[in-house]
Amino acid sequence: MNIQLRFFASVREALGTSQESVTLPDTVATVGDVRAWLRERGGVWAEALAEGRALRMACNQQMTDAGTRISEGCEIAFFPPVTGG
Amino acid sequence: MAIRVQTQDFDLGAEVAALRNGQAQVGAVVAFVGTVRDMNEGSGVSEMELEHYPGMTEKALEDIVAQANERWSIIDALVIHRVGPLQPLDQIVLVAVTSAHRGEAFQACEFIMDYLKTQAPFWKKEVTPQGARWVDARVTDDEALAKWGIQSGNSGG
Repeated sequence: MNIQLRFFASVREALGTSQESVTLPDTVATVGDVRAWLRERGGVWAEALAEGRALRMACNQQMTDAGTRISEGCEIAFFPPVTGG
Repeated sequence: MAIRVQTQDFDLGAEVAALRNGQAQVGAVVAFVGTVRDMNEGSGVSEMELEHYPGMTEKALEDIVAQANERWSIIDALVIHRVGPLQPLDQIVLVAVTSAHRGEAFQACEFIMDYLKTQAPFWKKEVTPQGARWVDARVTDDEALAKWGIQSGNSGG
């Protein structure tokens, strides 16, 4: 499956990238799986996306949680807690 | 109901006048303006940069206003949120709500701000004498949303 990744704010800075297109292995089915799969890259990826780290996720530009299933062509975003207003 | 995400400043008087224009059923206008402070968490702040998630930001704000419209009998609402570089004293955000009577406008305005604080994808980075730093989410913002019966989960605490 092919999906789009987006990263914002401190996560974007830590990873050194704001977006990426990736092809996922069949074992990756949820937003949480994507996070875990990206952690396997190690280094800043393992650190910025670590389990237990305050991180919010969006699927197709809607706030979501780790259990949400992904679909072909979807846009998954990872970012820190929001601080607007 | 209008949403604007923009780098340029806004004129509170002009925006409220436009919102009320020809709307004789309006009996109450409540407007909130958020501004940049020169101090945060014990450090002086000389500059701020506001990042957002284009596309999602607009959807999130539209959803927030739609929820306020479902909960209260409001006539119109306007949300303007600035992005990009800002300095102390600058205006950041405007939420203006009109209704027939004050109660609905007060509550809807506060609800929209509380919801925006924890659900709209904006991030503040501030420049202090110790260097630039990302602003941390506040637990009190989650608590503010909880009073409307909504769990935020933003602060991660």
